[in-house]
Amino acid sequence: MDFRLTEEQLALQETLRRFIAKDYDFERRRSLARSPLGYSAQAWAQYADLGLLGLPYPEEFGGLGGSGVDIMVVMELVGQGLLLEPYLSTVVLCGGLLRDAAARAIKEALLPQIAAGRLQIALAAYEAAGRYELAHVASRAVRDAKGWRLTGRKSVVLDAPSADYFLLSARSSGNRTDAEGISLFLVRRDAPGLTLQAYPTQSGGRAADLHLQDVPIDDDAVIGAPGRALPVIERAVDQGIAALCAEAVGIVTALNEATLNYLKTRKQFGTVIGSFQALQHRMADMFIAAEQTRSMAIIAAIQAAGDEPAARRRAISGAKAYIGRAARFVGQQAVQLHGAMGVVDELNVSHYFKRLTMIDMTFGDADHHLARFSDALRVEALGAAS
Amino acid sequence: MNLNYTAEEESFRAEVRAFFEAELPADIRSKVRLGRRMHKDDLVRWQKILHRRGWGAGMWPRRYGGADWSVVEQHIFDEEGAAAGAPPQIPFALRMVAPVLMSFATAAQQNYFLPRIISGEDWWCQGYSEPGSGSDLASLRTSAVREGAHYRVNGQKTWNTLGQYADWIFCLVRTSSDARPQQGISFLLIDMKSSGITVRPIITIDGEHEINDIFFDNVQVPVENLVGEENKGWTYAKFLLSHERTNNAGIGNCKRALQRLKEIATGQLHNGRPLIEDSRFRDRIAQVELELMALEITNLRVLSAVSTESRAPGPEVSLLKIKGSEIIQQLAELQMHALGHDALPYLREALEVDWVPAPLLADHYAAFAPPLTGQYFNYRKTTIYAGSTEIQKNIISKLILGL
Repeated sequence: MDFRLTEEQLALQETLRRFIAKDYDFERRRSLARSPLGYSAQAWAQYADLGLLGLPYPEEFGGLGGSGVDIMVVMELVGQGLLLEPYLSTVVLCGGLLRDAAARAIKEALLPQIAAGRLQIALAAYEAAGRYELAHVASRAVRDAKGWRLTGRKSVVLDAPSADYFLLSARSSGNRTDAEGISLFLVRRDAPGLTLQAYPTQSGGRAADLHLQDVPIDDDAVIGAPGRALPVIERAVDQGIAALCAEAVGIVTALNEATLNYLKTRKQFGTVIGSFQALQHRMADMFIAAEQTRSMAIIAAIQAAGDEPAARRRAISGAKAYIGRAARFVGQQAVQLHGAMGVVDELNVSHYFKRLTMIDMTFGDADHHLARFSDALRVEALGAAS
Repeated sequence: MNLNYTAEEESFRAEVRAFFEAELPADIRSKVRLGRRMHKDDLVRWQKILHRRGWGAGMWPRRYGGADWSVVEQHIFDEEGAAAGAPPQIPFALRMVAPVLMSFATAAQQNYFLPRIISGEDWWCQGYSEPGSGSDLASLRTSAVREGAHYRVNGQKTWNTLGQYADWIFCLVRTSSDARPQQGISFLLIDMKSSGITVRPIITIDGEHEINDIFFDNVQVPVENLVGEENKGWTYAKFLLSHERTNNAGIGNCKRALQRLKEIATGQLHNGRPLIEDSRFRDRIAQVELELMALEITNLRVLSAVSTESRAPGPEVSLLKIKGSEIIQQLAELQMHALGHDALPYLREALEVDWVPAPLLADHYAAFAPPLTGQYFNYRKTTIYAGSTEIQKNIISKLILGL
């Protein structure tokens, strides 16, 4: 058991810190969020140069062979810097899914392109009626002479507007909530019959709803075995959740730092407000929540790659549920302790809070994951008793 | 960074497990499992067994008879002990006075006291709090006046845990009133058999005798029982508190309570079905389990940092104390709630190991219920003792956050 970062991880952390300080300060970030693209193409190219975009792939596919902990280190800084680039979608979710489940030819074609910063992919796995259930897939994949035809809708596909491809789930057999019968397709952005309704997100990113009408797909664009895609998608999303947990750690850390600084400088009644015990104890609670959040993110980062779905789900859902609540507490209290300054657009506190809130709402909120964790607990306890 | 145990740690775990399997007496194990009353000889007997194995004080340095365990080894030991139903080791001697003696006592004091502590020969209790000095400990008034080769001690200590069993008490006493309150305190070791000492039980909320008032009436204490320098006792006391709190996460104990809670919630019925199938109740268990999952890692992170940096535990242990005490309280509360109306009966005799349930008492009452309601009430102490939650937050805000 070892909680230290390696020399390489510390160096990576330092590089990203310097990059944020120099090229990605809060004002720059605000203007990027308002720009048409919604992120910095230049920063994306810099990430490629630093090796970040190939971090979790084997070297034979142009990557660095990094671990879940490496991703944790990056995502914590993504949180601290409120970075807008589609790192989570392209590198962690979709690149990770292809690495774990795609045929070799697809990996050879796509992963080096991702690593080089020339290709972006977005995950289109959620539908409106399913809420956070990945198994709820009403979009249909129908076989035809040349391959498949996809018809349906996908909701809030993160980073869709800039994506070159989508990894999209559609049902090739069974009923809309069956675990079996879900297939995964690599869909070109310019495929005929695919339309996007794009919009910005609350936390400054970009997303879109997708509409598919008889979109033609070749057989070689099916990822993994047809009808068996759910475990593949779940595993990728679990890795995405671990990454979000690490992003939340970065934000919680930054918010605590900002709030503590405010308590030490803001004066009322002739003294700094940090001298008031009610506020000191609140800040102590925020400190504790941050430490516990970090511990949970570590569990998630290390277990995310696990092959055993039940153990992985326990760790990932546990972490997401815990962090959803703990981060909400820190976010809300950081705003509260900043007084009215906490609710203005020109201070980073409100942006951190919005991002934390949206992290909770992404890939299942605290209640959703608490229910999953709790259901696993039921099975365990009844199993132990019988 | 990884959460895996090394091969050596895994084999240590196997060794510990086999030891508990072979050496933990069945009667003690069953008292722990069923939450029955423990007596002094149970705890002393277990300490002697541990000592024979060389594990009387695993974390102590080897030169004092310890095993030089790392924090991970101690964690494994605690975890296995909790799973096996081993009783906790009482901390007053092993974790509180002993580290003070190792750091500040004379060789003669170390040579006399430490072997008797690790072997279970001497039982120690703590003389800190006074009626007027709780969280504000430095205001204490029990006085020790130097008279030749002795101190004459007068005053009252309170909230003393298990002093009715004790051979020795380590006391904070006032030896000077000249300067700031903190500067006139000394750390004195007092033989409980000294004449002038009276121990008066305080019955707690659960009806049990766990704590006492201790009165000192012209008690003569040889000067060689002073630890370190006169009037420097506050430094030693603070040192002791930081050591005390390193175990206050109580992960092993929490894990055992969580496991027990699941058993109870599986065994208790709600409308004829296992209570654990009720998602409203189960979600409450899940939330505590998540806190514990996080705390287990936080605990190891903090203690690993302390040991890699070879320093005494600092104010970060306040976090462990706050969370650990809250979690054990929540677990005790859920255990009681799981009982439904079986939480109501108060049967003092049911806490004895040889209790035979009356024939008309429902079966499931005997299986789970006897200790749980009292334990819930008793565990309200955990956020109060050893520095209340509010004091711990003061420590965090002052020493970590710089407020």
